[in-house]
Amino acid sequence: MVNSQVRVYKPFIGPFDPCPPLPYRTYVVPPNQYIVFQPLDWPQFSLAEALKLGTLWPNLYSPYESKSKRVEEVGSDGEPV
Amino acid sequence: MWIYEKKLQYPVRVSKCDPYMARLLLEQYGGADGELAAALRYLNQRYTIPDKVIGILNDIGTEEFAHLEMIATMVYKLTKDATPDQLKAAGLADHYVNHDKALFYQNAAGVPWTASYIQAKGDPLADLYEDIAAEEKARATYQWLIDMTDDVDLQDGLKFLREREIVHSTRFREAVEIIKDDRGKKRFF
Ligand SMILES: [Fe+2]
Repeated sequence: MVNSQVRVYKPFIGPFDPCPPLPYRTYVVPPNQYIVFQPLDWPQFSLAEALKLGTLWPNLYSPYESKSKRVEEVGSDGEPV
Repeated sequence: MWIYEKKLQYPVRVSKCDPYMARLLLEQYGGADGELAAALRYLNQRYTIPDKVIGILNDIGTEEFAHLEMIATMVYKLTKDATPDQLKAAGLADHYVNHDKALFYQNAAGVPWTASYIQAKGDPLADLYEDIAAEEKARATYQWLIDMTDDVDLQDGLKFLREREIVHSTRFREAVEIIKDDRGKKRFF
């Protein structure tokens, strides 16, 4: 699943790393980081959706999926997942 | 004063018997960036901040107590039926000898909560930037907690709490704008 809020960087891989290196690390930049002051009249989720997601505002919603049971941040092809 | 509603802010469902996860969740209970620290930090800062942003600290500080209750419920559900042997296997033997199954304000490593985790500088910018940082740290902690469990129901509650930190961070950054902008000129939103 592509999440446009995920940023990827490649850490340095040394020639003598004791463990198999993970080629990528990721972090999330939630959309609020680009908002200085929330404007009036933003679109809203339905109330049921808002209660579930934790925000009334699609523009503030940040999805996050567990990395549990996954190879850390990398697919079998070595590309970030 | 407060009015208490006898329900959780968001339903807490835990579907996997995983007492070890209870130990990890304590990070958000009595940890440096946990909900107790957040609630006490904001509610205490209210007294020495410009009037216009007291309400933000009041509302968010109150909500953090609702989050604390959710974390407590998760921990309680994960430990209430565990035998001493199961707690031992989950790395909770040291907790058990001191507290039985009682919850306690400590972090995932068993370090008790301390007021040194929080600050009140009396300077509105210093305090609000601390609050923003606290929200980002809490968001990150929720991410790592979500990564530590494959229980989708527990993940669901944690995802809700993570999203609330994002909303809080936004509100605190708006509070910074409000106090920066207070230069005698009127501004309408
Ligand atoms: Fe928060």
